[in-house]
Amino acid sequence: MMRKWQCVVCSFVYDEALGLPDEGIAAGTRWEDIPENWSCPDCGVAKADFQMVQV
Amino acid sequence: MSPIVVIGSGLAGWTVVRELRKLTKEAPIVLICADAGDFYSKPMLSNALAQNKTAAQLVTTPAAKMAEQLGITLLPRTRVEAIDRERKRLITSAGEQSYSALVLALGADPIRLPLGGDAAEDVLSVNDLDDYARFRRAVAGIASKGRIAIIGAGLIGCEFANDLAVAGYAISVYDPTTYPLSSLLPEAAGRSLMAPLAAVGVDWHFGRSVRAVDHQGTAFQLSLDNGTTQLADLVLSAVGLRPRTALAKTAGLEVNRGIVTDAHLRTSDPAIYALGDCAETSGAVRPYVLPIMHSARALARTLMSDPTAVAFPAMPVVVKTPARPTAVAMAAKDAQGVWEIIESETGIKATFSDANGKLLGFALTGSHTDERMALAKLLVVA
Repeated sequence: MMRKWQCVVCSFVYDEALGLPDEGIAAGTRWEDIPENWSCPDCGVAKADFQMVQV
Repeated sequence: MSPIVVIGSGLAGWTVVRELRKLTKEAPIVLICADAGDFYSKPMLSNALAQNKTAAQLVTTPAAKMAEQLGITLLPRTRVEAIDRERKRLITSAGEQSYSALVLALGADPIRLPLGGDAAEDVLSVNDLDDYARFRRAVAGIASKGRIAIIGAGLIGCEFANDLAVAGYAISVYDPTTYPLSSLLPEAAGRSLMAPLAAVGVDWHFGRSVRAVDHQGTAFQLSLDNGTTQLADLVLSAVGLRPRTALAKTAGLEVNRGIVTDAHLRTSDPAIYALGDCAETSGAVRPYVLPIMHSARALARTLMSDPTAVAFPAMPVVVKTPARPTAVAMAAKDAQGVWEIIESETGIKATFSDANGKLLGFALTGSHTDERMALAKLLVVA
């Protein structure tokens, strides 16, 4: 089951199903497997500032 | 035991509460705010109109749900009138509230230029969700291809110009400087925004100040410093923010441009802290998202008896002008260095380095904005 996570600051959504191929994160990459030092590509806030969103 | 009291429900106030709750489920927390307290993304206020978002749609979590999830007492639509530091009590429009520690997350007010004319009061500024709702109603009241005048070509002015132009309005921007984002970008980078934004419908008026705004039928007449006049259906002011310091000043706290704090976000009263747009931490006001997140994280630890100084890593600011994407990491105000500017068909890469070639700041436009994270890693933080 693929999930989505949303940046609490700018509303950017990370969708596990899509990944972020431009940043080298393959489609299907689980949230837990994204490095802790990764940050929001739109506003730069930390991974810790994302919340899981219901889809 | 009196609670930790946070004043302000913007990103700074709510983020401190969220960070505190990561450390403690028990400590009583009270959040007092002048508005409804809903959590929303403030950076979206300047680019939500073209997406046709209502104020309600910008709310990511309603106030009551935030309070419930975080287990705090929320006092919305409540004004703090004074701080009685001796007794550690706040005098509010809803009565008195004691505190063990007080966090000032008051935000900033839009600067209002001293405009003449009988419509100066009708010039809008957008600094919170209520302002956005008012602004959206005003925009809905003018014709679909109506004329919107924007005073100020800084970050917020440029973002609004791009967004409203894309939404189909005829935009005029007035600024006494000579190019967009002049306080953030070197001239070549700033100038590179002009043609792409003009192409989506922005009419630039640099070197011009607006002196007065008068009613002219259902429209407004702007009188400029060169004696000419222009018509607009709506006038928006975006000339910067001024930290809210009045409450702190009246309470006798040290205030400079913002409420003065040390690296622990502590004001001149050891029981009172400040962060976000109202604060001047270690000598600088940093009215951006990332400094707020870092400050909130450090402050939560300090409040939980783990004194933690805030460190501000290199933080590029992204300007939301899709017609010409722009990102900037400003060097410290007193930094000595030189700009190197590479101009290509698709954008500009400007780097600011010291005599030893160490990168101190940068400005990127167009396709070069993709390099911002890689460059940020090279930045030397003072």
